[in-house]
Amino acid sequence: MQVETSPAERAAALTGANIIHEILASGVDFVVSVPDITTSEGLLRELAKMPKPRLIRVCKEDEGVGICAGLAYTGKRALLLIQQTGMLDSINAIRGVAVEYALPVCMMVGLLEKEPGVPPRQSKRYGVRIVEPILDAMGIPYHEIEEDADVGRIRPAIDEAYAGAHPVVLLIGRRPA
Amino acid sequence: MMKRDDCLKALARHVTDADIVLPVYSTAFDWIDIRPSPLNYLSHGAMGLASSHALGLALGRPDKRVIVLDGDGSLLMNLGTLVTIGEAAPPNLYHFVCENGTYEANGGHPIPGRGNVDFAGFARSAGYRAVHAFSDLKNFEQQIGALLAEPGPLFVDLKIVSSGAQERDYSRIHGPHVRKAFRDALGAG
Repeated sequence: MQVETSPAERAAALTGANIIHEILASGVDFVVSVPDITTSEGLLRELAKMPKPRLIRVCKEDEGVGICAGLAYTGKRALLLIQQTGMLDSINAIRGVAVEYALPVCMMVGLLEKEPGVPPRQSKRYGVRIVEPILDAMGIPYHEIEEDADVGRIRPAIDEAYAGAHPVVLLIGRRPA
Repeated sequence: MMKRDDCLKALARHVTDADIVLPVYSTAFDWIDIRPSPLNYLSHGAMGLASSHALGLALGRPDKRVIVLDGDGSLLMNLGTLVTIGEAAPPNLYHFVCENGTYEANGGHPIPGRGNVDFAGFARSAGYRAVHAFSDLKNFEQQIGALLAEPGPLFVDLKIVSSGAQERDYSRIHGPHVRKAFRDALGAG
């Protein structure tokens, strides 16, 4: 049975096409990804159909950190599309490669099990609540992408990461339609 | 078995000034003395990731040969990289593993599966275009030039023993000047 959504809920929707538009507008040449259930249908499935950016499927997220670093040296932009569990698993790579070497590793991170509309720090899920404090401790800037009104943060965040030579994390807080 | 520095000297004779080389740990300390170059990419940030950095470089600069000099312990830490490289299939990526069966830079402890693990078999089943293994220096010297002239991704398992004691000044690998030199050299050509 289809669940009825209220006008407020519809207004708060997040659209994959809008996110992809911003990814393309950011000049991203490569998307490097381990599938994430939050972004699986609205983002990764659609990106996989596109000839550009080129999709590189990796076995583990820390590989992607290295690949994005190598690409950064060549002047090619990349986006690492993963789940927060994979980001947590890759903390040492992010620490060593992206933070200590000051490289623009741009991560788009689906927040598994985050409740739509609830800020990550207020989630009932431990695995969601800890994400932003960990990024704060690591000194990594991040942006919450919860609804379409937030999508405009993507391009400036990626541009700034490359201009300032630092990593950035874009936290996807609900499944994009 | 081959001595690692003998093996690297044989390889160095076929590496050009335009090639990017990513050596890891003990191999890196041998290599930067044997063949110093600003296009030596030495800062990998976390153990096991050299071949992943190499894949990014190979995809971003298809005009250049990218040569990884991996370690067996390092490769075991990132085995999925073989599958990722096999699928991405960059024709300019050349992946060597110096197999000595130990974590040489971390006390010389044996790797898991020492002597039983078939690195060449892993690479073959992961989809590398060509896979070779060498334990004889003369054979390696005779074939390495031709192998590097073929398209990749190529995987070569080098059965080696250590070159002996090393002075390990890690600032030669992790120092910011190393990364700046690489960035400048890559940007210049």
